[in-house]
Amino acid sequence: MNWTGELWQMLVVCFAAVFTGNILLTTFLGMCPFLAVSRQVKASVGLGFAVVFVMTCTTVLNWLAYRYVLVPLDLEFFRFILFIIIIATFVQFVEMVLERYSPALYQSLGIFLPLITVNCAILGASLFMVIRGYTFLVTLGYGFGSGVGWMLAIVAMAGIRQNMSMERVPKGLQGPGIALIIAGLMALGFIGFTGVL
Amino acid sequence: MGATVFSVFVISAIGAALATVLVIAERYITNYGECAVIINDDKTLQVQGGSSLLETLTQQKIFIPSACGGRGSCGYCKVKVVGGAGPLLPTEEPYLSEEERAAGMRLSCQVKVRNDVRIEIPEELLSIQQYECVCVDIRDLTYDIKRFRFELKEPDRMRFVPGQYVQVFTPAYEGSDEEVYRAYSISSNTTDEGFIELIVRLVPNGICTTYLFEHLKAGDPVKINGPYGHFRLQDTDAPIIFIAGGSGMAPINCMLHQLANSGSERQATYYFGVNTPKDLFFVEEMKAFEARLPHFRFVPVLAMPDEDSGWEGETGLVTEALDRNLDRAESYEAYLCGSPGMINATVAVLQGHGVQVENIFYDKFS
Repeated sequence: MNWTGELWQMLVVCFAAVFTGNILLTTFLGMCPFLAVSRQVKASVGLGFAVVFVMTCTTVLNWLAYRYVLVPLDLEFFRFILFIIIIATFVQFVEMVLERYSPALYQSLGIFLPLITVNCAILGASLFMVIRGYTFLVTLGYGFGSGVGWMLAIVAMAGIRQNMSMERVPKGLQGPGIALIIAGLMALGFIGFTGVL
Repeated sequence: MGATVFSVFVISAIGAALATVLVIAERYITNYGECAVIINDDKTLQVQGGSSLLETLTQQKIFIPSACGGRGSCGYCKVKVVGGAGPLLPTEEPYLSEEERAAGMRLSCQVKVRNDVRIEIPEELLSIQQYECVCVDIRDLTYDIKRFRFELKEPDRMRFVPGQYVQVFTPAYEGSDEEVYRAYSISSNTTDEGFIELIVRLVPNGICTTYLFEHLKAGDPVKINGPYGHFRLQDTDAPIIFIAGGSGMAPINCMLHQLANSGSERQATYYFGVNTPKDLFFVEEMKAFEARLPHFRFVPVLAMPDEDSGWEGETGLVTEALDRNLDRAESYEAYLCGSPGMINATVAVLQGHGVQVENIFYDKFS
């Protein structure tokens, strides 16, 4: 495949990861922080950016580790363990660096990092990229797109929940109950993007 | 076989390499070196930077009240930081009012010591210590109130002002895996050296009271820290009104000991409100104080006296009894201990009788 073709595929995969194949709303990965941090738009934007950053970097790192360490050694089945430790190390490392050298960025983004170390959406994106056999560039687009998609979903959710705080929700549905129903409705809404690509 | 060993080796090597990266990073990046914590522009502590202000102070044996153990969920560990703490964090915002933010108050469990920090804490907090005790006696006062007597072991003496409280450490026990601190006023005499007594009412499903009532036995070790609080008798000759309900007896009892110890001749009236005769306790002790203090009067008030109990004392709410018995009281000081609802109602009644608001002192426990 030539360069332009791959670049074009990267854009398509990126777009698809944001809308039609939104990792949160089609595979329901990363639900825990999605429900916990979606009460305020401000916090959800911070968490969203953290996810975009971590997901982009870790899918790329994991792609490199998979392609240049596991495949040559015939150890593909180790990918789960390897991906998890790479993600955990990376997040820890970034947190330390931010805290030390960029307190402003740490304050807006860094405090969310521990929340997403064990986020299954991050691991999920790395595993999907292997299953689907993406190339390096496409992986980059996929990781970035998945992060943006996740962020889009949580920010939309936070907006809805903020407005909903004015509404009278039946007692049994308050909190996570109504949030899950909304997540389901949002997932249905996102199916509408299917025809776009 | 060879392949298995090889794969285990590879994955271990990768894991070890990544762990090394983190260890090195921690050594060089999160090493903030020696930092100074300057307290009240007076005392300087040299500490290893990198952990939270609360942890750092605890290591230095300075105990800031904290109920959640540094998870940023109770909001008790507020400390005034004059400089060196960096900007306010989103995790602190929910616990600080506008005035507190303007005054430089911070949650000490969220602020990290990364450079020299200047803080201001009340002098009393500097005398706060952790005490290892042994529970030596548990006595039923009513069906839901017990008196606990602790012997102080390490340190074996506590200097406190009558009216102050201590925090009791509750370890995890069957049915509760949380470790919490809960505050209880000291009820015993300051001359009872080496011991302290607390009066505790059972709170249904309360973590600490359930532990104290159902799990703690005489002879068990207990960990407390303190003393805390500004609730104390003022050094004047003004006539006193004490008002308490239920386990609010504790600090008032302690203050009465203080008056008796000093042979005080201050005029004092103690309105003690409970629901029914079976909620009433310490009547003998109060009679003893009436005998020792020439101008002290104990007025128990029953909200619901039984028809056939032959109760001849005051009835109704403690505020109603107060309203009936009090004339103009401009010169009085009032000391209150009880639920927030009872305190608010009582303050209104007292002010109605002319008691100056700055002469009303209380401990609100919720």
